Amino acid sequence: MCLAVPGKITSITGDDQFSRVGKIDFGGVLKEASLAYVPEAQIGDYVIVHVGFALSRVDEEEALKVFEYLREIQELGELEVAAENEGPRPNQAAPESQLPRA
Amino acid sequence: MKFLDEYRDGEAARSYAREIARITTRPWTLMEVCGGQTHAIVKFGIDELLPKSLNLIHGPGCPVCVTPLELIDKALEIAARKDVIFTSFGDMLRVPGSRTDLLSVKATGGDVRIIYSPLDALKIAANNPTKQVVFFGVGFETTSPATAMAVYQAARSGLKNFSLLVSHVLVPPAMEAILSSPERRVQAFLAAGHVCTVMGFEEYLPIAAKYRVPIVVTGFEPLDILQGVLMCIEQLESGRFEVENQYSRSVRREGNQPAQKLVQEVFRVVPRKWRGVGEIPASGLGLSEAYAEFDAEHRFGVANLQVEEPAECQSGRVLQGLIKPHECPAFGTRCTPEHPLGATMVSSEGACAAYYRYRRHEPAAA
Amino acid sequence: MATSEFSLSCPFPIRDYPHVLMAHGGGGRLMQQLIGEMIAPAFSDTPLALQHDASTFEVPAGRMAFTTDSFVVRPLFFPGGDIGSLAVHGTVNDLAMAGARPLYLSAAFIIEEGLPMETLWKVVSSMGQAARVCGVRIITGDTKVVDKGKGDGLFINTAGVGVVEHAQAISPAQVRPGDVVLVNGDLGRHGMAVMAVREGLEFESAIESDSAPVAGVVRQLLEAGITVHCLRDLTRGGLTSVLNEIAGASGYAIAIEETLVPVREDVRAACEILGLDPLGVACEGRFAAFVPESESERALQIMGAHPVGVGSCRIGKVTDQRTSRVLLKSSIGAQRILDLPSGEQLPRIC
Repeated sequence: MCLAVPGKITSITGDDQFSRVGKIDFGGVLKEASLAYVPEAQIGDYVIVHVGFALSRVDEEEALKVFEYLREIQELGELEVAAENEGPRPNQAAPESQLPRA
Repeated sequence: MKFLDEYRDGEAARSYAREIARITTRPWTLMEVCGGQTHAIVKFGIDELLPKSLNLIHGPGCPVCVTPLELIDKALEIAARKDVIFTSFGDMLRVPGSRTDLLSVKATGGDVRIIYSPLDALKIAANNPTKQVVFFGVGFETTSPATAMAVYQAARSGLKNFSLLVSHVLVPPAMEAILSSPERRVQAFLAAGHVCTVMGFEEYLPIAAKYRVPIVVTGFEPLDILQGVLMCIEQLESGRFEVENQYSRSVRREGNQPAQKLVQEVFRVVPRKWRGVGEIPASGLGLSEAYAEFDAEHRFGVANLQVEEPAECQSGRVLQGLIKPHECPAFGTRCTPEHPLGATMVSSEGACAAYYRYRRHEPAAA
Repeated sequence: MATSEFSLSCPFPIRDYPHVLMAHGGGGRLMQQLIGEMIAPAFSDTPLALQHDASTFEVPAGRMAFTTDSFVVRPLFFPGGDIGSLAVHGTVNDLAMAGARPLYLSAAFIIEEGLPMETLWKVVSSMGQAARVCGVRIITGDTKVVDKGKGDGLFINTAGVGVVEHAQAISPAQVRPGDVVLVNGDLGRHGMAVMAVREGLEFESAIESDSAPVAGVVRQLLEAGITVHCLRDLTRGGLTSVLNEIAGASGYAIAIEETLVPVREDVRAACEILGLDPLGVACEGRFAAFVPESESERALQIMGAHPVGVGSCRIGKVTDQRTSRVLLKSSIGAQRILDLPSGEQLPRIC
């Protein structure tokens, strides 16, 4: 469950925290969502929206980690191919992974 | 769509899959908790990219599937009343009760309406003062903040014709129930990313430690799931059992505090019956005393309804990952999406429905 | 084709009868007035000709095509169209799928008592307009009024006749392994345009219904001598429904690639937030064509050059497996089966 979709806040109305509502742009479709649970969210931020409520602000730096890790394993894959082409493979231990830690 | 499409890139998915294959030295059994993850896995065919030695079990993360039979029957009874407008998420409409379902109630004259957000139910109540508006509050911790806000606002504005049929359930107790079962085969979990967006992941630390299982909080797009699987395998292969956060663009360790706060005010933790599994202590949410007047079960006097589960339905064993859908004798024969025996065949997130729709039990022809 | 600007100066005395009454379906003077002063003039320059029990016409030599359809869309007006223009396009398109040139339509109205007369006028005008643009004539019809609460505002039933001016057999039985599957543009616009204004699910977008007549582009294909094995318009159930029907009827498995299926970004986004699959969303101006591989390039050129064929493309092909399945290669390269859902797609939270 938990169909929640990321969208960009284009405008905000409402005075107090619980009545703050944002107009969210989901790839060209606009729908309102309550910002009651993301008091720190501002116009231009991306939020994850579930049943009309923004539940979190997308951390754009963290969002890149999936691709940073991907680059690492792709580079590793290229190194392996190069090593194979050069001759018998030396005994390689699995590399220490730079994972987003808890 | 930003923060969505990039995570569906085919090249990237295959790179992740290759890395998973490279580091997997023996068979492992993983469970993805959330129905949304099941849906993505089957829809994108992610399990096809994984090495055969990895077994992905679909967990009970489908709140629609686990809503107990008697709660559906209570919903049906309330929805059939002339003075009631019964509002619900679309997922619930085809779930079979003992004899019928909400869609059939609608067909015979019940005012049953699909809504997108619990706040829409408040609007309907305000616009229909002579009717009682009931909202079917189904969902995990992801959805309870939305329902909580609806109840909170109803109380604040003194709305007399709104009530809630509560069916919220909690994930960690379900995970523990699965892990403590003597038949359990799950060795690692992909925890539900949006549940953890709300709740954080601290409550998984004692579970990982006690049962010695890796738990990786995972998102819903193909790259999220693949990275989550990779992180699980890395832990399994090196004998670690920690809680890690793959979905860090949305999940923080402490979760969403304002949401948790309102949920704690409006709801309290109660024992809940899970369809096909039985009662799990402290596994659900009920309205707190201060908001008890909004409880539809009491308002409509259906609190004491008792119902028997049909014997043939094995959705409980499917939900716990003990059998795969096609291993149930009724699968595809007496139980199909058109004539479902249990919720796992009806709900679009249900493992049985997903298997049936995508025919996973048949080898996909090249 | 969007609901175009038509004159709102209705010849029927709306001020005297702002709402449709039971009497307007009663067969008496009020009904005659409604037909004579509103409906018939919208459909014809010779309105008296419309006021017989049946209309006669010359039957051209050769084969004829005949279709019927009913329209119950809610709400009655949506971005890019209304129930009236939808009714005309839908009927015309059914005839086009047999490769026929549409000629005449019938239009039967079942009106709920209390429907604002202005609403009826707008719908009727829109139908007349759409018919003129499609080059068809609405030559007969019927009007009934049901008690308030017994009808959803307005239902329209149509029938259509056309003439088949080619010698090809166009049906699933003609589909062959190796045939290419073409569509005439991006999918899902109609369904999502209606969702956008459906109470409880509203959202803002620029999505307009793709409701449009496709008879013209089909005729161009046939006149160019393209071998067309099968045509099917993508209405309720969308592409998923059509492909499963054809796979079932022909006996062959059809393989398509998700990355080739055109869906506009905003339609996709709307599907994402409601939890719907764009492949299963209704269109009203889109069809799938099955043509031999050797003719597919030329077919695409012809389709792409037509106004309702902008964005025409190839989405897959018919295999030689006799399994009647629809196989979908997902955007990440894995394969799955695209099965018929049991009923209407419902928006989901899960």
